[in-house]
Amino acid sequence: MESINTLLDQDHSTRRLLKDKLVLAGIILFSLLTVSPIVLIISKLLVKGYRQISLDFIIKNTPDTYEAITAVANGEIIPGGIANGIVGTFLMVVLASALAIPIGVLTGIYLYENQGKRMSNLTRSVSDILQGVPSIVLGLISYLWIVKHVTMGYSALAGSISMSIMMLPMIVRSTEETLKMIPQTLKEAALALGVPYHKVILRVLIPTGFSGLLTGILLGISRILGETAPLLLTALGSSMINLDMTKPSSAIPLLIWEFYNDPNMVDLIWSSSLLLMAIVLILNIVSKQIIANRR
Amino acid sequence: MTNTIAEIKNPILSIRDLSVAYDKTYAVKNVTVDIKKNAVTAIMGPSGCGKSTMLRALNRMHELYENIKTEGQVLLNDENIFDMPTIKLRRQMGMVFQRPNPFPTMSIYDNVIAGYNLNGIRVKKAEKDEIVERSLRDVALWSEVKDSLMKKGSFLSGGQQQRLCIARALAFNPEVILLDEPTSALDPIATSKIEDLLVKLKENYTIVMVTHNMSQAARISDYSLFLYLGELIEYGKTKNMFTNPIDPRTEEYLTGKFG
Repeated sequence: MESINTLLDQDHSTRRLLKDKLVLAGIILFSLLTVSPIVLIISKLLVKGYRQISLDFIIKNTPDTYEAITAVANGEIIPGGIANGIVGTFLMVVLASALAIPIGVLTGIYLYENQGKRMSNLTRSVSDILQGVPSIVLGLISYLWIVKHVTMGYSALAGSISMSIMMLPMIVRSTEETLKMIPQTLKEAALALGVPYHKVILRVLIPTGFSGLLTGILLGISRILGETAPLLLTALGSSMINLDMTKPSSAIPLLIWEFYNDPNMVDLIWSSSLLLMAIVLILNIVSKQIIANRR
Repeated sequence: MTNTIAEIKNPILSIRDLSVAYDKTYAVKNVTVDIKKNAVTAIMGPSGCGKSTMLRALNRMHELYENIKTEGQVLLNDENIFDMPTIKLRRQMGMVFQRPNPFPTMSIYDNVIAGYNLNGIRVKKAEKDEIVERSLRDVALWSEVKDSLMKKGSFLSGGQQQRLCIARALAFNPEVILLDEPTSALDPIATSKIEDLLVKLKENYTIVMVTHNMSQAARISDYSLFLYLGELIEYGKTKNMFTNPIDPRTEEYLTGKFG
């Protein structure tokens, strides 16, 4: 009897070990599959775009078609860069953040403070729906409101506003979720020191949840950095650096779209994409670093 | 009510008909007691009897929640706490919670001085240093942390964190310190340190603590208050209550028949 049992056990354990190995192999395989797109994308961009990357690429405006044709014909690198797009993207993202962050954080605090109440449930649902609105629709709305009636023409301001609407729900949600994760006892500890309620939120809860808030904000920024559709209808594009927010402006994704449409500029697509990708990656790494440092 | 209101002259706290209701359920019913100055008073009773609820009412912590109603009067030095601004009340009556809860973003130093900083009370740096040192010495934490005052409070051990929280409550130099089962999340060594500390602190402060640990109440409290189902069953000197309880329910609880 005993010998049979031992045999059975041995058989069992070899089967289990085999299963264990199979599952592990599967996990590794699927993890590699998940990682591979980003590796392939970055390597493709590097291979195709590295030749264009130089100081000029960052500090010069887009070349005109004639310059590009000549350069391509002579087998040279296309001169000029995308400074107009970099500056345009930067300005629009800064203005969009300046609009969306305060409104989003305050709304998030409101939702956190009024859990389960009808008005806050409604606000939360509306914010979730807003997140699902296609970006082109936001561009259209911003076109109707701002381009047609405020700036009387295509403008960076209209682009910023469509971007800020896009960021808003992400910030609202991340603020609320972050605050919800902070233990109630911390709030009570501050109140027990006689601290007025608004200061408890501003000086204790927000600093404690800062890394969560920041992650939400940076995710929102990375999302709008690459948005093209709404900008086509609002910021339009410009071949020059433009600091006036009421005038049309360029942006990196807009330039990529323009280069795609101009057979002479194709080489610039890759380097511009590479730069955009690098900015998003850096933002991600920076936010991770900030979170790690605060732990 | 079959209790002997201890003969307390010039009580620091006079609780009169204090009731607390969650929605429509009363968790504390018509409690009337006087709390003696510079003594440790323990609130005892089985789980769910309203100990913490009663203690939190003294610091008006229930006002945070809309569904909790507090009735009755609490006089702190003859002044009704419900008519005081909360900041004044909470400066005179500090509170320490069950789980240590130092502010995670602040250093040890900032944690102790948080009551001043967060309330925007301006104090000179030298005075701040003095308050921090005094408070940390009071809780016997000074020698352990004096070289790492700028480190985050969350790096300390659980027992040290709880002493830091007591120091934070002491920084305002309050008259009363309320403690809600301050040692229930701590190991025996940390517990005994806190107990020794409380006995020492009663020289300068009045201490009211909730405990579900009867031996702890017996060890350190001067007066005990036994609550059952939200009602005050018995109140008196701890020594008398433990040796000669009047109400049969107190006796049953103390001898471990329920709880």
